[in-house]
Amino acid sequence: MIKNNKKAQKNHILSLEDVSISYGKFEAVKNIFCNFKKGDITSLIGPSGCGKSTVLRSLNRMNDLIPNCSLKGTVLFDGTNIYDKRVDPVEVRRRIGMVFQQPNPFPKSIYENIAYGARINGFVGDMDELVELSLKKAALWDECKDKLNDSGYSLSGGQQQRLCIARTIAIEPEIILMDEPCSALDPISTLKIEETMHELKRNYTIIIVTHNMQQALRVSDMTAFFNAIEYEDGDGGKVGYLAEFNSTKKIFSSPKEKTTQEYISGKFG
Amino acid sequence: MSLICVVIAVLPLIFLVTYILIKGGAQITPELFTLEPNPPGDDLDAGGINPALIGTLIITTIASIIAIPVGVGGGIYLAEYSKGGPFSRFIRFGVNVLAGVPSIIAGVFIYALIVSTKILFGSMYSGLAGGMALSILMLPTVIKTTDEGLKLVPNELRYASLGVGASMYTTILNITLPSAFRSIATGVVLGIARAAGETAPLIFTALFSYYYITGFGDLFYEMGSLAVLIYNFALEPYDAQNKLAWAASFILVLSILSVNIFSRILAAFTEKTKRV
Repeated sequence: MIKNNKKAQKNHILSLEDVSISYGKFEAVKNIFCNFKKGDITSLIGPSGCGKSTVLRSLNRMNDLIPNCSLKGTVLFDGTNIYDKRVDPVEVRRRIGMVFQQPNPFPKSIYENIAYGARINGFVGDMDELVELSLKKAALWDECKDKLNDSGYSLSGGQQQRLCIARTIAIEPEIILMDEPCSALDPISTLKIEETMHELKRNYTIIIVTHNMQQALRVSDMTAFFNAIEYEDGDGGKVGYLAEFNSTKKIFSSPKEKTTQEYISGKFG
Repeated sequence: MSLICVVIAVLPLIFLVTYILIKGGAQITPELFTLEPNPPGDDLDAGGINPALIGTLIITTIASIIAIPVGVGGGIYLAEYSKGGPFSRFIRFGVNVLAGVPSIIAGVFIYALIVSTKILFGSMYSGLAGGMALSILMLPTVIKTTDEGLKLVPNELRYASLGVGASMYTTILNITLPSAFRSIATGVVLGIARAAGETAPLIFTALFSYYYITGFGDLFYEMGSLAVLIYNFALEPYDAQNKLAWAASFILVLSILSVNIFSRILAAFTEKTKRV
């Protein structure tokens, strides 16, 4: 048993150990234990308000930017606790990139959108090549190779989101976090982004929050189901917890928990 | 009914501007811009307003040099770094109070701080002191518009930049400030327009001078300005000086008007180029 664990540990790029996150006095998620395997796509699913986005943002210290947000427990990335006082959150975010719910390109040209991150991180090399490569990886190159100097806003929503993915790839992170990347997009753009994710899987570990269970089923290897329960003292507030974490196949075909079964069959959420 | 009120409200502006344009416009000659004003008293030609014109430019520039960095920096602190605690609430309150302080108080303050103490290399009334007094009046406008302008920048943009591994400093410098540039510029221009027309603070600090500004050293001596020139010469019993005051009014009103219109254009341009 212990041996197994040790073996598995080597593959774990990111581990949450007894993580609880609160906004002020209000506890959002509680006692999360979770290991993310290198090279996998892991999806976090669950009803609204169960804290899955909060957990995702805690993985590259984006929660630091939200006032009053505090975290207890440890988040191990490559064996280092990223919440250690000596760790620079800027360095964490460089190695763990993030794609947001709303496409948010910079108000700059397409080219600059990608070059910006690389430049501020001290990239010395052929910038043109990096831009082309990143756009190709995000499956956007063919659509915008002739208008690299146009504003990022001139692209469609789906293209903007892929531009954001390309921008994240350009800084060569080890993990890419995606916070409902397709929720603002139409089905065709969604499909393109999912194709992109399959391409990216070869080089990156991806963790994605999604409301769309079909999407979780299509793209991910592992699935974490989050749920929320009312506080024990019963003042109506809810706290999120990790209900079940298993391979996507098992979660969707033979979930162990009753709530998981109910959620994936659409009884609530 | 309300239409009548609007007309009554706007009439003074229209009359004032027309009156100044007619009275002052008639006095505009090329010599006006090049000559020194003659001392009042003789029946000679009154001369020009060159020292006052240049003085106003210099004093306003000094005020901008002080107020823009401090004001933009303060605005950045309020919008980006402060977390809405009691300290930042106190600062915002203080800025609002400062915006309401009568301009003469700013003049008296600098008088007590700089002029009467001769702290600036022994000089008393000086263009430098005048610029400082005006910078106090510019400061709240600049801080407020920077604060508001930065708050309008969507948080997603900041997250995007921080998400690709930029530090807070890099993000502000490369993403947030450029996005808010035009609204900040509008505030700065409005602040300059307000400062350029002030008289009371300058009477206590820069005083007035009849003579050409010839070099850097003149910064430490009394310096003329359009506003104080109008104040001084309008009170003279001589017609020639009164005419000069009208001419100076014309130029001052016209330049402040154009600066304001310029800021409007800037602001309108901002609206258009905001996010799609």
